[in-house]
Parts: sequence; structure tokens; C-alpha cells
Amino acid sequence: MTAVTPAPPSTAVAPAPAGAAPPNPPGRRSRLRTAAGFAFGAALLFAVAPLVLSDFRLALLAKYLCVAMVAVGIGIAWGRGGMLTLGQGVFFGLGGYAMAMHLKLADAGPGGMPDFMQLYGQLDELPLWWRPFASPWFALPATVLLPMAVAFGLGSLVFRRRVRGAYFAILSQALAAAMVILLIGQQGTTGGTNGLTDIKGFFGYDLDDPVNQRMVYFIIAGTLLALLALTRQLIHSRYGELLVAVRDGEERVRFLGYDPASVKLVAYVVAAGMAGLAGALFVPAVGIISPALIGIVPSIEFVIGVAVGGRATLLGPVLGAVAVAWARTALSERFPGTWTYLQGLLFVVVVAFLPGGLASLWALARRRDVGARPVRRGWLPAARRRAERTEVPAA
Amino acid sequence: MTVLFGQLFTGISIGAVLLLIALGLALTFGQMNVINMAHGEFIMAGAYTTYVLQQSITGAGLSLVVALPVAFVVAGAMGVLLEVLLIRRLYARPLDTLLVTWGVSLMLQQLARDVFGSPNVQTRAPELLTGNVALPGGLTIANNRLFILALALAAVAALTLALRLTPLGRRIRAVVQNRDLAAVSGIATSRVDRTTFFLGSGLAGVAGVALTLLGPIGPTMGTNLIIDAFLVVVVGGIGQLKGSVMVAFALGVLQATGEYLTTLSVAKVIVFVAIVAFLQWRPQGLFTLRTRSLA
Repeated sequence: MTAVTPAPPSTAVAPAPAGAAPPNPPGRRSRLRTAAGFAFGAALLFAVAPLVLSDFRLALLAKYLCVAMVAVGIGIAWGRGGMLTLGQGVFFGLGGYAMAMHLKLADAGPGGMPDFMQLYGQLDELPLWWRPFASPWFALPATVLLPMAVAFGLGSLVFRRRVRGAYFAILSQALAAAMVILLIGQQGTTGGTNGLTDIKGFFGYDLDDPVNQRMVYFIIAGTLLALLALTRQLIHSRYGELLVAVRDGEERVRFLGYDPASVKLVAYVVAAGMAGLAGALFVPAVGIISPALIGIVPSIEFVIGVAVGGRATLLGPVLGAVAVAWARTALSERFPGTWTYLQGLLFVVVVAFLPGGLASLWALARRRDVGARPVRRGWLPAARRRAERTEVPAA
Repeated sequence: MTVLFGQLFTGISIGAVLLLIALGLALTFGQMNVINMAHGEFIMAGAYTTYVLQQSITGAGLSLVVALPVAFVVAGAMGVLLEVLLIRRLYARPLDTLLVTWGVSLMLQQLARDVFGSPNVQTRAPELLTGNVALPGGLTIANNRLFILALALAAVAALTLALRLTPLGRRIRAVVQNRDLAAVSGIATSRVDRTTFFLGSGLAGVAGVALTLLGPIGPTMGTNLIIDAFLVVVVGGIGQLKGSVMVAFALGVLQATGEYLTTLSVAKVIVFVAIVAFLQWRPQGLFTLRTRSLA
């Protein structure tokens, strides 16, 4: 929905009439177009894909769509809010582990213990912190609320003290590293490097049955569409405008009387919740959650899809994430080494030379067609670019 | 008491490794505000340089001595190449630089895998460095740890002197403090940047040589080091070396103590929590460059 790019944060003094309508209201035409877009996407996901794809490919698509959910969140935090978060794997993992713990306990039956604990551990009974996850009323909300709580904790500490930019990126990455080390180190209760594997049932449905796999796919596709709708509302709200303003001129927003830390915190927490939900749905789709899926490398791989698709657009992250994940499967099946080169090259070429992602190509093409349609040039206004160049941390 | 000193020395030697891998970063990150994720792969390049040299130079001691300058030049050259080809174009976009250099690091890792194979390789340590030094009080200190500590301190000393006394060092400091003012004073800032990048990346190569004494060399060794190194620089504060030096040793001791009291994995988490808590207190790091610029 590149048609409704919000107005660039105006650098001139634009006298806003008091009590004016929200800036850049989505017009009727664009609303219609959005509805049509959603209908088209829904038709594609719910009717065409299940008909065309084999069960195996459909299961793969379900996996990609989970990655796409994480990407939507990164699009909000990074594309709209300027917070490059390299640790989304943590939130993905928290959601995934919460779900997997519940499913493992459900598989084991009441009073039972997950198989791996008997295998590794000298544990006689279930560890205390596993117990609440036996109840779906705890585990299901936890898949979303737990990541959001962690994000809230870290974010409120970090943003208030104005740790930002590269510093924030490094910290978020260190969080992913710490989480993985902790999971591997506590092998007896977390499954260690293997993670939680061999998940058989999903709330009473046998996951080996292709029909139930299909049901999981439909749940995932529906959730993704719902998240997209939510995101669209978010980025076109007043809050969405404020978020972009904070990205482009944090100090200026502060001087206008807003609190940039809270604005950023909301975006970060929302992104974490989306990643947690994605992790929770990933588990029944793939049947495993392990440290290798949530560490530093996968966390940064979530970002590449967003960069390829177009970080500040609504659909770009989704399409980019699905395309990159698909290319990865297609290529690494045949040439494992080549994919790594290609992935590296993708990072370099897209980020260095096409920072708007493929969506900016689309926008460029449209501009040529339509003529004087205002399209945001570059991803940072010139003033910010200059400011960043000379940025020296204040004493 | 012996335990205490033993732990203290373990901490210091962890700190020395941290210092070696972070020193180059402190220079490049401090100077150009550039996050070079491929720094870890420059360390790897230094380590593989040692491995390659040992194939032709059989004496382990001699090859180590030769490897130090060669690795410095190899890693430094890679750094300059990266600077000229990519980083130079991205100075205005530090976050994008991070992602781009991550892409470069992926490619370098795969290159190492294709050239040297994915299994780890091992180098031989010179005999002089395999033993222990026994101190009074029943304390023993591994020679290779001692060597790394000496190397780290020597590197810090050399770098400090170079920054303080040479004309190049003066130019580097000027650019760090105020790039625009340095430029109008007639300093060729882009040339200074390139030289800084050579020095910083070269130091990564030296760190790589030292790391061959501690463990195997593998294509992914850089990934595991880079975050620790960045944390040291972030907590130490950019623009000055002394912050990084102090923080490296402090984190090393914290890590060793945590490991002794709990486990390795819990210790890592303790260090992370400590860093976040520290940044609450000093968000710009331990030492900051005080300037009059508004930021």
C-alpha cells in the first residue's frame, strides 16, 4: 500500500489548524484499495495457496509466514521507528518456548514430564517454572505477554537513558546471545542445544495428520492478515506519525513536548509481541523450537527480509521475508555454500545501494508513470543525515 | 586466598583477550562511528594466517613471531579494502553500515569454509608457551595466558604512544574530536579514516594470532567474539582507549567471578545485566569525549 505513504515530516514551520483532522487521513479511495488488497491477499493465502501447493510446500509456506510476522514487527520498530533491533529472535524464542512447553506438557499428560527431562536430567519432578505452562490459560497469553514484558523491561531502561542507534542494536544483539547461552547452559530444563523437539499434538489435534497441518496453516495465515490490518491502523494513526517523527528527529519531537522514549517503547513492545506470536505459531507448524532458531544469526536474518522488501512500508517486510526464506530453501537445497554468499551479497547490495528495498523500485516506477506524485526521497531527511554524520555523544 | 588470586588472574586473562579483540574496534568505532561487523572475520583472518604460515615455517615459535606482523598486514589490508569499497559510502548511515558489514562477514565466513574446510583446524603452540609458571603460594599461571596479557598490554602501549606522539596520531585524534574542524584545518580526513581502519583491522589480525594459542580456528570463530568486543567498546565509551582497557578487565573479572560462583551460562547473563545496569548510570559509556557540539 505504497500509495498512502505518510507525509514527510515537514521541516518548514507548517501552521496546523487547531483541532484539524488527523494528519494525512486515509482517503476513501485508498481505503477501498486497502480493502481490495486485503481481500486479494486473503484469497491468495486461503484459496489459491492450499489448492496449488502440495502439503509439504504448504507447511513450508506456513513457516515463512511466521517469519513474515516477525518481519511486520521489525518493520514497525526499525522501518517506522528507526530502532534496528537485532534481537527479535529472543522474543520469537520466548513465544516459541512458551508454546512448546505447553504442548510438551500436554503430550506428556497430567502429572507427566517431557521426554527429554527423563533423558538428560536427574530431575524427579517438574521444575517449578515449568508448572504454570501446563495450563493453556497461562501458556497462550504468555506467548505474547512474556516477550512484551521483556521488551518493556529492556526498552524502558534503555530508551529512557537515550541509548539509541548502533548502541541499541548491539545491546539487542547481546540479549539474543545471552538468551541462547542461557538456554544451552540449562540443558536439563530447557532441552539445551536440541531445544524442544518432537511435538506431536496441538490442543488435542494430531500434528502428523496433514489435515491438521492445514488447519495450522490457516491459523497462521489468518493471524498474519490480522497483524497486517492492525499494523496498517497503527501506522496511519496519530501515533504512527509521531513514531516516524521520532525516527527522523528525536530531539525535535522532545522539544515539542512529547516523550520520545515512550513512543519508541510502544513500537518496540508491539514488535516483540508480534515476534512472540510468530514463535508460538511456528512451533505447531514446524514441530521444534531450539536455540539455533533464535540466536544471533537467525535474529539478523529476520532483518534481511525486511530490508529487501522495504523497511518502512506495510507489505514490504512481509513480501521480503517470504521471498528471502523461499530463496533460501530453494537454493540451499541444491547449493548450500552458494546461498551463504548470496545472502551476504543481498545484505550488501540491498542495504548499501537500495536502502528502501524493492518497494522503492516500485515507488520509483510509479513516480515516473504518474508524474508529480510526492514520493519520499531517501530514508533520512538531509538534515538528519548531516546531523548523524557529525554526531558526537554529548557529555 | 589462592582461589581468590587464581580467579583474579583468570579474570584478567579473559580481560586481556577481550581487550585484544576490542582494541581495533575502539579505534574504528571511535573514529568513524562505524560498526564493523566483519571485525570478527578479520580476527579469523589473523588466526588462519598463523595456520597457513605454520604449513611452511615448521618452527612453532618462529612462525608465531612471523605471524604477528603478517597477520597485522593481512587483516589491515582487508580492512582498507572494505573501507574503500563499502564503508566510505555509508558514513552517514551507521545502522546500514552494520548490516552491510554483516553481509561481508557472512561472505568471508563462507570463503573460509570453502578454502580451509568447515572443521576447525589447530595450530601448534611453541613449547615455551605450553607450560605453567609456578608462583609462590601454590599458584600456577599458564604461559600462553601470560603471553596474551603481555601482547594486549604491548598493543595498548604501542597504540597509545602512536596516538599521543606521532603526527598521524594527532591527526586521528583531531578527526575523532571534531571531523569538520579537522577538515577545515587541512587534514585529509578520508585518508586519516583509511589509515585508522588499517590500524584497527590490523589489530584484529594480531588478536587472531593470539587466539590460536587458546583454541581451535574455525570459520565461525568471529561471530562469537564480535559481540563481546562491541560491548566492551560501548561500555567503555567511544573516542578514548582507556575506557575500553578498564572495561575489558572489569568484564573479564566479573565473568570469571560469575563463572566461579555459578556457571558459565549464568555468568554471561550476569555480565549482560550488569552492562544494561551500567548504561543506566552512564549511557554514553565510562569515559566520554567532552565536546561542545550539540548531540
